[in-house]
Amino acid sequence: MIIFEHVSKTYDKATDRETKAVQDLNLKIEKGEFVFIVGNSGSGKTTLIRLLLKEIEATSGKIRVDGIEVTGMKRKMIPRYRRHLGVVFQDFRLLKDKNVYENVAFAQRVVVAPSREIRKRVPEVLAMVGLSSKYKSLPSQLSGGEQQRVAIARALVNRPEILLADEPTGNMDPGNAWQIMKLLEEINQMGTTVVVVTHSKEIVDKMKKRVITMKHGVIVTDKKESGYGNEN
Amino acid sequence: MGMRISTLWYCIRQGFRSIRKHKLFTLASVGTMAICVFLFCIFYSIVTNVQYMVKNLENTVGVTVFFDEGISEEEIFAIGDVIEAREGVAAIEYVSAEKAWESYQKDYFAEAPELAEGFAKDNPLANSASYEIYLDDIAGQQEFVDYLKTVPGIRRVNYSEMAATGLSSVNNLVGYVSMGIILILLAVAVFLISNTIAITISVRKEEIRIMRMIGATNFLIRAPFVVEGLIIGAFGAGIPLVIVYYAYGYAVRFCITRLSILSRILVLLPVGEVFRVLIPVALGLGLGIGLFGSIFSIRKHLKA
Repeated sequence: MIIFEHVSKTYDKATDRETKAVQDLNLKIEKGEFVFIVGNSGSGKTTLIRLLLKEIEATSGKIRVDGIEVTGMKRKMIPRYRRHLGVVFQDFRLLKDKNVYENVAFAQRVVVAPSREIRKRVPEVLAMVGLSSKYKSLPSQLSGGEQQRVAIARALVNRPEILLADEPTGNMDPGNAWQIMKLLEEINQMGTTVVVVTHSKEIVDKMKKRVITMKHGVIVTDKKESGYGNEN
Repeated sequence: MGMRISTLWYCIRQGFRSIRKHKLFTLASVGTMAICVFLFCIFYSIVTNVQYMVKNLENTVGVTVFFDEGISEEEIFAIGDVIEAREGVAAIEYVSAEKAWESYQKDYFAEAPELAEGFAKDNPLANSASYEIYLDDIAGQQEFVDYLKTVPGIRRVNYSEMAATGLSSVNNLVGYVSMGIILILLAVAVFLISNTIAITISVRKEEIRIMRMIGATNFLIRAPFVVEGLIIGAFGAGIPLVIVYYAYGYAVRFCITRLSILSRILVLLPVGEVFRVLIPVALGLGLGIGLFGSIFSIRKHLKA
């Protein structure tokens, strides 16, 4: 469960100018939900993700994730906290010199999972994202859709409670994009909370999920089983 | 605990991997480090040997005291006890008037002993009983002489002022100069290693970003770089140690066999004695520079 209570984030740009990226945000996402966050660039979507990832500190307000107080968390606790979240980005962020298997196993290595667990778990998630046969390929030998599947497998391999996807289909043709969304839906049905930030009106309209629309750092609409809407 | 060991093992493997991947950078910093440690070893060998030779010379430069006329031997011994009890006195040797005359005879009447016979009953050096006093540190000689002059019963104090000031200033100069050079070399070595680590960090930037995102601890992100610094340090110290070890052994043999004329002054310390100190110090230096350089770089380029 994700809770935002009166959260604001102000960026200090240069000395005098301040930008309010997020203002007095109140938001509750239940365990096992699938949520789209939509809005134009500069609406505060990415700030929301970065706040959740604890890459930036909220200027005011409280954020709680799975009962963990994220705001004011000690630096030392951040790595452990991040293991609750799986993250997927538009640019995939795969290691170019490692093959598919190694990219996924890497996520387990850095949390120091036992080798036996890695050998069992990596093929499992690769099968889930439909890449079992390509485990030896390098990222450069894969299509955009396939690379994003690897990124999703990496995000899932440590069994996070929440999966955050920041524009996961931004670089894809509609066919591939739709397949990625279907995969995220499947993952959601297995119990993982999924939060997707996107621009894609087509996908949002088709998926019929909860849609939170942001504009200038505030939530303008929050509708269940909705479409992209006309606010943008 | 099992967790900890595997984490450590991971970091060590990563450190070695990084060294394998950036062979040229590693080679360059091991090379410069080796030069620094090599020069350190050379300076250290020179300094310890100069100090050793100065010490040897100091032991042959002593202070001689003579006593008032007519003083009894018991009184002289009492003065001797007082001097011996004083701090900084390494050795004290009593030369009686008879002994002084004997050695004088040997030196000056060696070719005509019959000339000395005339004095057999009347020692011309009757009042020449003396103490030869050797000090721990020749730098304290002047103060010691000043003290001796205040002791009742002492007539004269013979000493070499030149030797005292000369020897201790040579000693100090060599010490200061090499200390200065070594400090500069250390700074250069730290700078070079931290640069190499900075390059590795920038090469692995993307990987580090992903590690952070996944939830790798700071320890796991940073430790491989420290391992890398330590490996560079160990090789950078080990290589020159081996070279200097053989070179020094050769120098010692050379001095003994070819420079035997100078053998009284040019006495080199044995290899074992120098390297008993040099091995741990140079290795500590190498590992220290590696550790310090990598931490320095991590602080600068890997802010959490």
